[in-house]
Amino acid sequence: MSTQVDRKLMRSVFVDTVIESLATDEKLVLLTADISSWSFDEARATYPDRVINVGIREQAMIGMAGGFALNGFRPVVHTYTPFLVERPFEQIKLDLGHQDVGAVLVSIGGSYDDLARGRTHQAPGDVALFDTLPGWTVHVPGHEDEAEKLMRDALSGDGRIYLRLSDKANREAAPVLNGFTVLRRGTAGVVVAVGPVLDDVLAATSTADVTVLYAATIRPFDHAGLRAAVADARANVVVVEPYLRGTSAHEVAEALADVPHRLRSHGVRRDEEVRAYGKAADHDRLHGLDAEGLARSISQFIR
Amino acid sequence: MQTTEETLRGLFARMVGDEKHMWAAASTLNAIWVLYDRVLNISPDNIDDPDRDRFFLSKGHGPMAYYAMLAAKGFIAPETLDTWTQLGSPLGLHPDRVLVPGVEISSGSLGHGIPLGVGTALALRAERRRARVVVLIGDGELDEGSNNEAIAIAGRLGLDRLTTIVIDNRSASLGWPDGIAKRFEVEGWRADTVDGRDHDELYRALTQAPDGRPQAVVAEIRKIGEGSAA
Repeated sequence: MSTQVDRKLMRSVFVDTVIESLATDEKLVLLTADISSWSFDEARATYPDRVINVGIREQAMIGMAGGFALNGFRPVVHTYTPFLVERPFEQIKLDLGHQDVGAVLVSIGGSYDDLARGRTHQAPGDVALFDTLPGWTVHVPGHEDEAEKLMRDALSGDGRIYLRLSDKANREAAPVLNGFTVLRRGTAGVVVAVGPVLDDVLAATSTADVTVLYAATIRPFDHAGLRAAVADARANVVVVEPYLRGTSAHEVAEALADVPHRLRSHGVRRDEEVRAYGKAADHDRLHGLDAEGLARSISQFIR
Repeated sequence: MQTTEETLRGLFARMVGDEKHMWAAASTLNAIWVLYDRVLNISPDNIDDPDRDRFFLSKGHGPMAYYAMLAAKGFIAPETLDTWTQLGSPLGLHPDRVLVPGVEISSGSLGHGIPLGVGTALALRAERRRARVVVLIGDGELDEGSNNEAIAIAGRLGLDRLTTIVIDNRSASLGWPDGIAKRFEVEGWRADTVDGRDHDELYRALTQAPDGRPQAVVAEIRKIGEGSAA
């Protein structure tokens, strides 16, 4: 007899964790831009000075976060990915980075969680954009328990954190470590799985003789962990990321600068805009991120 | 102690090489002069005091007047002005808060000061502090959407410790047909329009009692020429 386990969406974990933390941390501030604001109605009534919904004004929201941070507060800023990262990108660069202050940016939507809304609500380039800015930690949890741990750590710190939440989640949580977690060991190559692609990667490599590394934190990139894994296997590296294909290619190149290696990158296609609706699983197939597609590609690559 | 025109002119003259923005620097001089001499609770002695007033030069262009005032008030040594824009100098064409004591925000790209000011005013309110936040922008900078977002938010939230000074030298390409003050008033701000070179008018506008609304002071600057900054 199977046991039914209630799962929470990462978004719900985020809401619950922030509400709980507001009660104990007087320096915690939450800024929303309508998205998810209804989840904080009670918190906004309880903490009107620290829970603020700005309306649909994302640029000002990031600037306000900078203002709070300049005065010793810990701002958490939340909305849908394109409106959190792409629209106010200069504010992220200047009002947080250039001011040399910290914040926790929490996105939902991932690369294509809400496919029915089309391209306007997809932001597969978000992590690549953060790669252009110094000093950002990027978390891509693959399970709600990982998200909670990463969120709590982020709230208690003072750095610049991007927490990328998605509807898609793995069946089980992996250990939340600073670097890669070795989930399998093999000799024909090294496969790096980031966040919610892990279940598909494990299924795709179930019969392959490869090392599987997992990361819920992809920036900073664990150079030492990758080097150690490659030292014990052939230097065939596959990186599977749930966002823009090749986002971490430069990190692999840097980590293995003195090691002859081959690299295959999997992620959201960057060569064309996929104009299609449907379900996330459909787009996993279109981008080659489903288990079957990954198995085909990885087995051909490490042959 | 109030700063003399002779002192400021001397400090101002130590910085050369940004003729493009001399106009901008000159247009902000009088507002900054009044603020630092007569209005704001800011000094090198309270630079880390959370109850100090904050001044944000949002239009980072042409910061010579700002640097001159910081030197006059002792935040930086006058000799530092001589190094302006040179390799190793803390003073660039746009101010950097990490490099320059007394500079509250790094600026230069337009449209960032009011949102940062709104966040700061909210942070001060959350801690029940009565410090003021004064943001200085240009009329051209008012075009930026981010400023207009923040103006709306400040009005709705009644941030009456927030003041925005708009230096109006009519540089907005498409202008403000109903006037700049109106732009603020419709969003719930109190707005006053003054002669941007009249120190007493500036002082009176900047020292009105809070009334539950953020305040805009439109400082009109007309026909400034070289050497007429003060």
